[in-house]
Amino acid sequence: MEVIKIVGTDDTPSVTLDVANEIFEISGRSLPEDVAVFYEPILDWIDRYSEEASGKTIFNFKLVYFNTASSKMILDILLKLEEMHEAGKDVLVRWHYPEDDEDMEEAGEEYADIVDVPFEQISYSLD
Amino acid sequence: MDGNKDFLEFVYSFNESMESKDVKLVYKGEITHQVTKAFTSITETNMMVAEESNSVQKKVFHVIVEFLQNISKHADYMTNEESHEEGSGVFLLCKDDDNYVITTGNVLLKEKENAIANVLDKINSLDKEGLKALYKQQIKEGRLSEKGGAGLGFIDIAKKTGNSLDYKFVPINNEFSFFIISSTISRTQNFD
Repeated sequence: MEVIKIVGTDDTPSVTLDVANEIFEISGRSLPEDVAVFYEPILDWIDRYSEEASGKTIFNFKLVYFNTASSKMILDILLKLEEMHEAGKDVLVRWHYPEDDEDMEEAGEEYADIVDVPFEQISYSLD
Repeated sequence: MDGNKDFLEFVYSFNESMESKDVKLVYKGEITHQVTKAFTSITETNMMVAEESNSVQKKVFHVIVEFLQNISKHADYMTNEESHEEGSGVFLLCKDDDNYVITTGNVLLKEKENAIANVLDKINSLDKEGLKALYKQQIKEGRLSEKGGAGLGFIDIAKKTGNSLDYKFVPINNEFSFFIISSTISRTQNFD
């Protein structure tokens, strides 16, 4: 599959979807002007990937900020990962949050409650 | 040039009024993505200089983003008045020793008042757990609207700031109102 590699800006996240190197990651800030336009290619990619995925998929979210319009798109990604999990694929979501960011930690807890997929919360230091 | 002198007097009293209400930033006009980026950037820099905690900085940033997005997506406009363009409104950021207060105002069709008031009254009646439950329900059931809003903004602001949302509809004429909404973020309080 083609590699998706998007370099982040101050309002769009960095995205790497790379099967060969087993990197699935969204990080940074997400408040794009048009969330649908930004996230559609990512959702399409995961749709195609879910059919051919064979190894373990560890999907990393390492966001420092996302607006509520993005939160719905993040849920859509997680729902696709849930479908993969339900289809018997080996999927793990890792939700990274800055150690002093309770809102981002809580956002991870809420997603973990909503979707049925193996989910790990990992705090990291910003220093 | 009496008219001009009056105007210069107005500017002075306008500045005095803003100072009396601790207004630090004010804008009136079309709300675009670029405008939002400019305000969040200025405010972030100011908050870093003021050494606000990361938590306060993120909450203020979030309220600015969500409030301005609401205006750019949902503000109505009165076609008979050039001053009211689509997606435009007024934005104020106030700061005193204890709080940041972010307030926006925009023209709205009167027929939308009840729906908005019902949502805000419901949000203001809920505690943190109630807001979390409503947020979860809304993110699961709410589809992205045509304009890209997920209906989550107000719920999420109340949940993260721990404060109710003050609002008011001021009638303009039979068809339109001016909708004002205000969110307070404590600079000192623990959010738990």
